Amino acid sequence: MRYHVLGFAIAASLTTVPAFAATPEVAMAKECGACHMVYPASQLPARSWTALMASLGNHFGENAALDSATTKQIADLLTTTAADAAGRNNRALRGLSATQTPLRITETPYWISKHGQGRVAATALAAVKAKSASDCVACHAGASSGQFDDD
Amino acid sequence: MRMTLTALAFLSASATLAVAAPGPAQQAQLDTYATLAKAVDPAFAGFSAEHGKTLFLAKSTTGKPDTPSCTTCHTADPTKPGQTRAGKAIGPMAISMKADRYSIPAETEKWFGRNCDSVLGRACTPLEKGDFITFMVGQ
Ligand code: HEC
Ligand code: HEC
Ligand code: HEC
Repeated sequence: MRYHVLGFAIAASLTTVPAFAATPEVAMAKECGACHMVYPASQLPARSWTALMASLGNHFGENAALDSATTKQIADLLTTTAADAAGRNNRALRGLSATQTPLRITETPYWISKHGQGRVAATALAAVKAKSASDCVACHAGASSGQFDDD
Repeated sequence: MRMTLTALAFLSASATLAVAAPGPAQQAQLDTYATLAKAVDPAFAGFSAEHGKTLFLAKSTTGKPDTPSCTTCHTADPTKPGQTRAGKAIGPMAISMKADRYSIPAETEKWFGRNCDSVLGRACTPLEKGDFITFMVGQ
């Protein structure tokens, strides 16, 4: 297996920092890292992040709502650093039609093509103690530079 | 014999009191919820740890299907760490195990807002929030 350096920020424990006083990066690490790893913005187009941030009240079977100021702060950061943002490497968008708005990275054609056509074996997940294929850090360890790099 | 029993009862009562005391920040949140509870019901006479425990352990059918109970993520033992559905660890809810619990109002309100909606399909009342924290203060 190759190991890739992914730009996944590990959620810092910043529970004492009030969200409104924080930079967008700090707010995202705290709020989006509360339940799972902080997913890299570079893996979905801006329209996906906009849709995801507009539906936090029903987020994959849970309420993950935030106050409107923090929602906007994080939405702005995600959309300006998304896969299709200016100057970005948009490899993650390969095969994705402009009319599709996936809410999951694991639903993009590119991700699926890189992970056994989406069938990540249960044994592979168990070997790294991942609950699901959405637990990227279980296989793509390390890295916190904020950029997505496959070497 | 009676002396011994009385002494034991006294000892355990004072031990419980020592463990069950909320810190200033937690007391401030309890006071806020008490004020709100009294506004809803003038007959409000204090929070109940027993009711908080019932809320914590209850199974609900009115919320989202993947989260039928507070115990889905927090486990049935408040002194033990829990886990999110995505597998991330959650610190224990009991203040004896995590002293900084319920001390930042914005955090406590954010999570009550989310989790009561996910589990119960509605907001928790100030009475329920106070009962819940009162239960956790004693754990
Ligand atoms: C209250 C808990 C909670 C919070 C807070 C939360 N999420 Fe999630 N998120 C989930 C759950 C549960 C899933 C589904 C995980 C699974 O299927 O394994 C999920 C899945 C995702 C996925 C899909 C991953 C994939 O490709 O399969 C993305 C993207 C995502 N979240 C982004 C965010 C962002 C951005 C934030 C911050 C604004 C956030 N989440 C905050 C609970 C949360
Ligand atoms: C069970 C382990 C596992 C999990 C979980 C996993 N991956 Fe991967 N991933 C791999 C392996 C192995 C490869 C190499 C496949 C190849 O080279 O064709 C890979 C390749 C990739 C690539 C392509 C890199 C390149 O340049 O070839 C990306 C991007 C990627 N993964 C992102 C993710 C993201 C984002 C997640 C979480 C939503 C994730 N992966 C979850 C094992 C995993
Ligand atoms: C889907 C998983 C999940 C469920 C179900 C859940 N919680 Fe939580 N809860 C969390 C997470 C994650 C946190 C934030 C992490 C932390 O505080 O350690 C949290 C935090 C809290 C907090 C904030 C504590 C503080 O220190 O201020 C309260 C209060 C709370 N939960 C109450 C409840 C109640 C009441 C229920 C049931 C009605 C419930 N939770 C159900 C996941 C859950």
